[in-house]
Amino acid sequence: MKRIIKNGRVIDPANKVDGFFDLLIEKGRISAIEPKGGFAPELYEKSSIIDAENQIVTPGLIDMHVHFREPGFEYKETIESGCRSAAVGGFTTVAVMPNTNPVIDNRSIVEWVNARSRETGSVNVLVIGAITKGLKGEQLSDMADMSEAGVVGFSDDGRPVMDSGVMRRALEYAKMLDLPLIQHSEVLDLTKGGSMNEGFVATELGLKGMPVAAEDIMVARDISLLVPTGGHVHVAHISSGNSVDLVRDAKAKGLKITCEVAPHHFILTDEAVRGYNTDAKMSPPLRTQNDVDRIKQGLADDTIDIIATDHAPHHAMDKATTFDCACFGIVGLETALPLTLNMVREKVLTLNKAIEKLTSRPAEIFKLDRGTLGVGKIADITIFDPDREYIMDNSKLSSLSKNSPFDGWTLKGKATHTLVAGKLVYSEK
Amino acid sequence: MRLSVKNLLGTRDLPRKDIETILNSALSFRELSTRPIKKAPALRGKTVVNLFFEPSTRTRTSFEIAGKRLSADVINISGSTSSTVKGENLIDSARVLEAMSPDIMIVRHSSSGAAELISKHVQCPVINAGDGSHEHPTQALLDLMTLRDHKGSLEGLKAVIVGDITNSRVARSNIYAMNTMGMSVTVVAPPTLLPAKIEQMGVSVSYNLQSSLKDADVVMMLRIQTERQDGSPFPNLREYANLFCLTSEKLRDAKEDLLVMHPGPVNRGVEIAMDVMEGSRSLILNQVTNGVAVRMALMYLLLGGKDETDH
Repeated sequence: MKRIIKNGRVIDPANKVDGFFDLLIEKGRISAIEPKGGFAPELYEKSSIIDAENQIVTPGLIDMHVHFREPGFEYKETIESGCRSAAVGGFTTVAVMPNTNPVIDNRSIVEWVNARSRETGSVNVLVIGAITKGLKGEQLSDMADMSEAGVVGFSDDGRPVMDSGVMRRALEYAKMLDLPLIQHSEVLDLTKGGSMNEGFVATELGLKGMPVAAEDIMVARDISLLVPTGGHVHVAHISSGNSVDLVRDAKAKGLKITCEVAPHHFILTDEAVRGYNTDAKMSPPLRTQNDVDRIKQGLADDTIDIIATDHAPHHAMDKATTFDCACFGIVGLETALPLTLNMVREKVLTLNKAIEKLTSRPAEIFKLDRGTLGVGKIADITIFDPDREYIMDNSKLSSLSKNSPFDGWTLKGKATHTLVAGKLVYSEK
Repeated sequence: MRLSVKNLLGTRDLPRKDIETILNSALSFRELSTRPIKKAPALRGKTVVNLFFEPSTRTRTSFEIAGKRLSADVINISGSTSSTVKGENLIDSARVLEAMSPDIMIVRHSSSGAAELISKHVQCPVINAGDGSHEHPTQALLDLMTLRDHKGSLEGLKAVIVGDITNSRVARSNIYAMNTMGMSVTVVAPPTLLPAKIEQMGVSVSYNLQSSLKDADVVMMLRIQTERQDGSPFPNLREYANLFCLTSEKLRDAKEDLLVMHPGPVNRGVEIAMDVMEGSRSLILNQVTNGVAVRMALMYLLLGGKDETDH
């Protein structure tokens, strides 16, 4: 079946396209692109039409940092429910972190996740393998074996690789596989017992703080390790202004470092924790306005390469507790697009830049054959209405878990259609 | 007169008028405790639940006596908590108790925010009897009552709070309440026992006990909770005591009428020397007496009683 997306404003940063075009989709791929109304009239009649009038048509959004909890914690999220949440949020590709049970630290688990994704998932699910066996930070996992099974990078996310010797070997070994190490940058000695950012709010609430230095030291250490190893570190969920400066300097020196930020780290500060709101508890924690301002600078000058959600679903029973006992993490797939568009409205990013950080740039860093709308490319496409306003309601989230700090917020911008390989996996009506 | 708040979770947002109402009301309740028959019928038929998840003798007893002197039925429930006991159980416990129609719940818990969490799940008023390192509002109220007894007015008084500010709910509640009442506060501790940005709470910071006592009207010594410390905030108790134990020597330059307080229980010779503790400046036992009065006033007012001074 042929499908045409017509009348939309097509933005395809990789090909520097921004204009009104119609897209023809055949056999899961984009087969032709013409200026608006440019196909033969009978082709429109014979095709299934998506009218994207007043909407924006982009490559399918890519989120390189999600937790789908399967296997092991299916009461929080499954690959199926996570994919549904992704599709609703406009994401066509996600990369799942390995902190499942069992941990994704060997080929058979990677293959199990791949199979499960094929069976139950509606969007592309990429797998990130563990850096170390069981996320213990001691012995390297079967990196080459997992690489053959298709992992796109390695991470012990949720935990840092604390031992510098292990990290050095991991960087060297992963270089052979041409894959990045995604570091959860946190020196645990400084965050023990902590549950939120160290600062005035933590002092008032009587909660033990996690200082930005815990992140900065780990980012600085990893940068130091890039020099002798020539490896590639991708800094996960950067939250500290100082760390943004460190990455900027390292990039200027030509080191192979990239980084991502989660929307909550450029939207919220630690003030959101007041009232002991456990839906504002995540690691790294929400920081101060100064950090938010410097993260925005990092977005604007491309120090921060990509936007990734760190979608971390937790069941209500893991959150309905005292703040210090609650699990770290919030869901993010269904709010990332409107929150990123906030950066466009604040003129931190152009619309093209914002889309680049959600599509072509992650594809480039992780060498994915996706993230553009060129002729012949796989038809992973997101259509969104940038002006649609709605009130966020946690109970209506498609994720199995409802732990978002944006409940009740008025959000602007909404995916209306999500297509994976030409197949409509989500449409509003 | 009623209070403007339904629960007493902390002093941070407690208006001055409420503090004055409680302190005034407590005066008449204290008088009751000096009579041969120490009982008033004010809360007859009411049920007070003492829900203590953290070991406590004096605070729990103080609330129990306060409730009983007002003729309430007082139920004590204690359970040990550790970080492994999740708060979900806390909410369950509160709901189960709520189903038995208590009129007021007194909550102590080792997690900051526990009392507030419970207040969101029950209908009856909740009094925070200490939550983690957050607040201990009745302690601050009884401290203010004790201070007001001796100074007449609180306005303009200079307080010095010494010790483990980071982990102290007593310090936080006193800083808020004292600032609300027009007092100025200096905190004294090694930097390792001061939380980040503490000066933003409207306090001065000093590392020198003796010099900070020079123009002070009251000094409050906090208990050093050695069991709660992680990462050794000071080399040993001897060195801590050398620097921060309140001794006659360190009081040399202090005003004649400087008062000494301690929320208890005291580590003698660590926070405070025995002679100072038992000396004429010490209000430690007055604090305990006033604790019962303040808690009686509070329960009475939260359950809708009239301010005795209104008549």
